[in-house]
Amino acid sequence: MMALLKRDLAIATRSGGAAMLGVLFFLAVVAVIPFGIGPDLNLLARIGPAILWIGALLASLLGLDRLFQADREDGSLDMLVMQDWFSLVLTVFVKSLAHWLATGLPLVLAAPLLGLLMNMSATATGAVMLTLLVGTPAISFIGAVGAAVAVVLPRGGLLVSILILPLAIPILIFGVSASYAAVTDPDPFLPPFMILSAIALFFAALGPVAAAAALKGAAD
Amino acid sequence: MSDTTASQGWFTSLANPTRFLALSGRILPYLATAAVVSLLVGLYMSFAAPEDYQQGITVRIMFIHVPAAWLAMMCYSVMAIASIGTLVWRHPLADVAAKTALPIGAAFTFLSLLTGSLWGRPMWGTWWVWDARLTSVFVLFLMYLGLMALHRAMDDPARAARPAAVLTLVGFINIPIIKFSVDWWNTLHQPASVMRLDGPTIHPSMLYPLLVMAVAYTLIFFTLHLMAMRNEILRRRVQAMRRQAAQAIGAGGARP
Repeated sequence: MMALLKRDLAIATRSGGAAMLGVLFFLAVVAVIPFGIGPDLNLLARIGPAILWIGALLASLLGLDRLFQADREDGSLDMLVMQDWFSLVLTVFVKSLAHWLATGLPLVLAAPLLGLLMNMSATATGAVMLTLLVGTPAISFIGAVGAAVAVVLPRGGLLVSILILPLAIPILIFGVSASYAAVTDPDPFLPPFMILSAIALFFAALGPVAAAAALKGAAD
Repeated sequence: MSDTTASQGWFTSLANPTRFLALSGRILPYLATAAVVSLLVGLYMSFAAPEDYQQGITVRIMFIHVPAAWLAMMCYSVMAIASIGTLVWRHPLADVAAKTALPIGAAFTFLSLLTGSLWGRPMWGTWWVWDARLTSVFVLFLMYLGLMALHRAMDDPARAARPAAVLTLVGFINIPIIKFSVDWWNTLHQPASVMRLDGPTIHPSMLYPLLVMAVAYTLIFFTLHLMAMRNEILRRRVQAMRRQAAQAIGAGGARP
């Protein structure tokens, strides 16, 4: 399993990998917003956490369709599906984890720089980083289901985003509300953050099982 | 019916599409009649119901809006049960049931969103708010559309069945969120007033038309669903026959 993790990470970080591309896309989305709404720094500071979260969500969805597609193309997906049930679930879990390490974690690390561009306070930036750290794995785990469902399609990329976006909306809601709660005074930070953590754990348990079931189904 | 089929139960015997076609063909006329009659009665009762002292005549939107929202959730639940049927028992008709319920459920969801919007304009002063109930129903609508897109994207219906079933089950977590959203988050949409543990808090003069309409909608759903399932079975048969015919021609042409 460690070998699989290393292999997937190596593929993702080599040329044409999703890791740098995701961060660049994140940067592009966030950079486009001030052009759209005007360079008012107060307004940017106020909506900054939401923009960072939306950018991270879209960037995480970007590389999802490649999660199983590459394995399918070189035939190793059939080998993975032929394992017994438990190993398959574990494999999907490790692959989702590798996807997060390659695309989600760079987003978290890039967030402070973008927070600076958005004129966000240090507390707000810290809160966004913390919520992204907890929330982006959830996107990877639930995204694995969409990637597994669409793996048999020749061009499933757009479809994965459409299928997964509705399911990812709760992550966005609680991620953003926790980030806001950290900067606006009377709102407590912990309740939405705890719900976000619960969603992440729930998806980490549910996602690999559902994705494994979909892969088995697609292979039959 | 012989002893063996009787011991297998009628649910298993339905797995035979031909038997399903025969049985559903016999039920459908009664179901359709019952649906039309209950809809007419429900509509008459809705218009005979007294106007609300605050909302005036716009309260009648409720008789269209509330059952549509119930049916939107029920339809997804039917799909979720059918998906379990696909994944666990591999019931051959479960996949047909899940697939054909999709557009019907999307239509009910759209109807409830539309009528809710029309009702919200005079009552809340806005067409749309991003409150928990409205947003979660909107998410349900998106999921219906996404699943329809998934079915469209695969040319072989048998291959789409299991992935779509998995996704339907994963999306089912949204249904309790819709149901309890008005209790968990204190938002603009009013809390549940009919399906409550301590009994409905709505006056009988409005409750009865509402319930009759709910029955009518349910009957309409089952009528449409059975018709759509019959269509889908026949469509798949035609496809299979075409494929066989094409193979026969291909085999004939290959032979010298």
